[in-house]
Amino acid sequence: METVYLTIVLAPLIGAIIAGFFGGKIGRVGAHSVTILGVGIATLLSLWVLSRFIWHDEQAFNGTVYTWMVADGIRFEIGFLVDRLTALMMAVVTFVSLMVHIYTIGYMADDAHNWPEDSRVGTNSYQRFFSYISLFTFSMLMLVMSNNFLQLFFGWEAVGLVSYLLIGFYTVRESAISANLKAFLVNRVGDFGFILGIAAVVMYFGSLDYAEVFAQAPALADTQVAVLGGVSLMTLICILLFIGAMGKSAQMPLHVWLPDSMEGPTPISALIHAATMVTAGVFMVARMSPLYELSTTALSFVLVIGAVTAFFMGLVGLVQNDIKRVVAYSTLSQLGYMIAALGASAYAAGIFHLMTHAFFKALLFLAAGSVIIAMHHDQDIRNMGGLKRYMPITWITALLGSLALIAFPGFSGFFSKDAIIEAVGHSHIGGAGLAHLLLTLGAFVTALYSFRLYFLVFHGEPRMDHHTRSHLHETPWVVTIPLIALAIPSVFIGWYAIEPLLVQNWLGDAITVKPEQDTLHHLAAHWHGQREFIRHGMQAAPFWLSMAGLVLAAYYWSYVLQRNPKIDVELQQRGGWLTHLLEDKYGFDDFNQRVFAGGSQRIGRFLWKSSDQRMIDGAVVNGSARAVGWLAGVVRHLQTGMLYHYAFAMILGLVVLLTLFVTL
Amino acid sequence: MLLEFPWLSLIIWLPIIGGIAVIASGEQNLELTKRIALAYAILTFVVSLVLWFGFDATTAEMQFVERSAWLPALGVEYHLGIDGISMPLILLTTFIGIFVIIAGWDVINYRPSHYMAAFLIMEGIMVGVFSALDAILFYFFWEAMLIPMFIIIGVWGGPNRVYATIKFFLYTFFGSVFMLVALIYLYFQTGSFDILGFHAAPLGLSAQILIFIAFLLAFAVKVPMFPVHTWLPDAHVEAPTGGSVILAAIMLKIGGYGFLRFSLPITPDASAALDWLIIAMSLIAVIYIGLVALVQKDMKKLIAYSSIAHMGFVTLGFFIIFAIFQRAETAGAVMGIEGGMVQMISHGFISGALFLCVGVLYDRMHTREISAYGGVINRMPWFGAFVVFFAMANAGLPGTSGFVGELMVILAAFQADFWFAFLAATTLVLAAAFTLWLVKRVIFGEVGNEQVAKLEDLNRRETLNLGVLAAATLAIGLWPKPLIDVMEPTIEQLVQQVQVSKLPSAIAVDDAPVAGLQP
Repeated sequence: METVYLTIVLAPLIGAIIAGFFGGKIGRVGAHSVTILGVGIATLLSLWVLSRFIWHDEQAFNGTVYTWMVADGIRFEIGFLVDRLTALMMAVVTFVSLMVHIYTIGYMADDAHNWPEDSRVGTNSYQRFFSYISLFTFSMLMLVMSNNFLQLFFGWEAVGLVSYLLIGFYTVRESAISANLKAFLVNRVGDFGFILGIAAVVMYFGSLDYAEVFAQAPALADTQVAVLGGVSLMTLICILLFIGAMGKSAQMPLHVWLPDSMEGPTPISALIHAATMVTAGVFMVARMSPLYELSTTALSFVLVIGAVTAFFMGLVGLVQNDIKRVVAYSTLSQLGYMIAALGASAYAAGIFHLMTHAFFKALLFLAAGSVIIAMHHDQDIRNMGGLKRYMPITWITALLGSLALIAFPGFSGFFSKDAIIEAVGHSHIGGAGLAHLLLTLGAFVTALYSFRLYFLVFHGEPRMDHHTRSHLHETPWVVTIPLIALAIPSVFIGWYAIEPLLVQNWLGDAITVKPEQDTLHHLAAHWHGQREFIRHGMQAAPFWLSMAGLVLAAYYWSYVLQRNPKIDVELQQRGGWLTHLLEDKYGFDDFNQRVFAGGSQRIGRFLWKSSDQRMIDGAVVNGSARAVGWLAGVVRHLQTGMLYHYAFAMILGLVVLLTLFVTL
Repeated sequence: MLLEFPWLSLIIWLPIIGGIAVIASGEQNLELTKRIALAYAILTFVVSLVLWFGFDATTAEMQFVERSAWLPALGVEYHLGIDGISMPLILLTTFIGIFVIIAGWDVINYRPSHYMAAFLIMEGIMVGVFSALDAILFYFFWEAMLIPMFIIIGVWGGPNRVYATIKFFLYTFFGSVFMLVALIYLYFQTGSFDILGFHAAPLGLSAQILIFIAFLLAFAVKVPMFPVHTWLPDAHVEAPTGGSVILAAIMLKIGGYGFLRFSLPITPDASAALDWLIIAMSLIAVIYIGLVALVQKDMKKLIAYSSIAHMGFVTLGFFIIFAIFQRAETAGAVMGIEGGMVQMISHGFISGALFLCVGVLYDRMHTREISAYGGVINRMPWFGAFVVFFAMANAGLPGTSGFVGELMVILAAFQADFWFAFLAATTLVLAAAFTLWLVKRVIFGEVGNEQVAKLEDLNRRETLNLGVLAAATLAIGLWPKPLIDVMEPTIEQLVQQVQVSKLPSAIAVDDAPVAGLQP
């Protein structure tokens, strides 16, 4: 199997290298062929591996590829752990990646228009884009397939690098290169916690290997650490690692980079900033469940952060007018749901939602991209409307994706999100009550912003200018095929996956849950099939809130809008201070800009001018230079020239010092 | 038999002879002169590979030892040898030596033969510093090193070179005088200038502290550590590209090497007593200098400050071990020193490459002001790719060598104290901030002005230079094991050595202040 796993990882890497370094020679067709071939191989093999786990009871693989280094008795290795959790992630990552690769052929077809004419970096941008997304696939696979903390961090930072390169893909756009710097730095704040967490693991476990660490964890459960007045070791490790997850999975307050990341081309918003990379934090916590289970403090922290993000970021989505930003805030909110599931020890539900979300959110982003292509790169939903007539496939698939997102009964998102809300409802750790409330109310918000977007884009009278309107048509098949391919699992995967994942505990040993913290066993105990689950769900608050949101959205942005085209603006004005608060995104950006970005520059400038230049250089160094200069003036009539000066001073100093030393 | 050959002498004197040959060949046939210089640099590197392949990585003993009398009356010997600490640094020296010759190929118009010769001679001297096992021989190379550097900055430097050279000189001179005094004192204690003999010399605590401070002054200036760092940005700004590369890639490492060869083994008790001072200076370097780097307006100054911050990791890794011992632990000590060593090697590649990158721009635009650039990647995509790569390496991205040392030092620091690791790890954010912000302003964006619009991408010579350094950075980042393996026995032995107190007895400590100083 090791050969298969190596092939899965290396095929996209080789594609990326060929397209990246030889893009000019192999041309556009060569570049997309070679990368799609690489990712295609990885996808087929990943699906095959998954099928082995599903139907042939394949055993988990845990092996070293090579030893990175051995220092101070600790082995740092590159190696794979492929169990059911990994196999599932591999299948999701490679499948979405393959769809995005195909879609990109259409989306980037006339990318040359996005560059100034004389910009040499614009030539081969098409090939470069394919190289980056294949490189991303490689990095993400390294992350999920790792069997140790070192490689996890390696993949973690590598996906961050590719994200940086892709957000700033249009290097000539100021907004893009600000966004990618911001994304990288905010992620680095998360990684700062992450690496300290890894350091704590190395110190107390003496190993970086998952299996060894997890095996020792119960024995160290009661260890206390003298940090911040004494905390439990597990709490310290789990919270530090989670800070990393907050960066990568964009949880408040480290969420600020994700909306700006929409500066990147839409295919990567789907692949990286919705379906895969941002879920790395969710995957990581699930992978570390043997550690998280040992600290309810850390779990509470995770739960509350997730729930707060889920609700409050959803609200911001209500006031956005850029089609991609609405979907981006939706992603933040949905990531919050996944994180909250982890906090409630419902790791399987978190992973389940990760999977369903990967499909329907990738679908929504790609549909948004399809709309953007048709709209000639106008992303403002106020200029859209009535697109369903022109783009039937995009319309239907976007509708299906939206229904999955708002957890419409029977759609994939229904199963995964309902399971999360129910699990959190059964949780008894600190903050669970608040989290449950926020997640339930979140259902209403989700439906409201999703269908505001849907109605403004696809229904009503077209509001675009005449030129754009006359050119509106459905996008080519390379764009619509991935939409259809993603719509299928968006609708059905929940129905088929809920039973094995949540009821039959298919993930098995990959996840550890303490019996007294298990919030999913209620679901399993009362399981009477999917139909019963739907019927049960339709009697609960989240469903009714969601329907209320849908109806309200339909009322304002479909019914009222026909009579009053300005209703969207009026509603925002009616919001008053709330709208302002949401438009300011709660002031996080301003705060960061002023305090962190501005503050560190002010401190830096102060230290440089006053300490380096005035004190050290001004007083001490140049002071002694003047003293030497004076001395040199005295001895200058003996000899001139730098070397004599030097030698003389040296000898003089020697004599003085030796005298001092000997006589002391 | 092969190992009996005086390889170290060959590696020291080959480039020096080469330098003389280059001067002798004169300025008439410049192409030939440059080729001779390059041939000597490459030959030296190839010969130095013997050290790597002939090195026995199972022992901490000195290898390739050469020993003969030099000034018998004074007990001074010509004594060379290498261990797992010096061998990688010598290879780094001979490796980087090639690039500085290539970097000066077309751009030095004033007396190119002297320029090339200065670098070749410098290279030999630096190998001498790393391989000398006799204190006077070491001091000879240590001081000799200043002369070519002084000339390189003073002759081929920028407009403000006089100020920079004087500052550079004052600082380093100030430091080394104290070191010489300490070496002479140690001679009186042991009866020879044998550095390994110094290691075994029993010393009282106050004597150790005085010696430690004397060494500290010399090495801290070289590293440079806060607060004796202000010469470096000025020296870099005025130095020609090749000078900056040598300065950053190798000369700074001599300070770090000094701590390992002298301070730790000769004065272990003083190192333990004063570890807080070094740790504080190192952490200040990481944070304070990181913030100062953020606001620099000159590319070279920014990278110079970045060097200081990165060298803070080196000294932190070396001295964190004493904080670990204080917890009655040893786990992490070897990791700390190895981390510092890897950081030195890695910084050699990365800072060298970054200075070469600045050189590439300076050769075309004749300015180092960040604000004079913008959107360079539009005209120089390959160059832009290299800059982004080295910037990421400078920010410690895993997969590049920049990550390895930082990771090891952070892991070690965590063993000593959570807060040391916490402060050290701020570099993840700070280094990324100052490096990538520089990249954003210089490389990305729209074409900044007319001059930028006329830029041409890398030529073959520049591509080769940066490409090889990128490969080296990646190689160590992807597989640091071979490098760690050659260092491990030496560093393990060093860690054992510094754990053994040199103090004769507890009583000796009490009356040490005066007695310990009497020769």
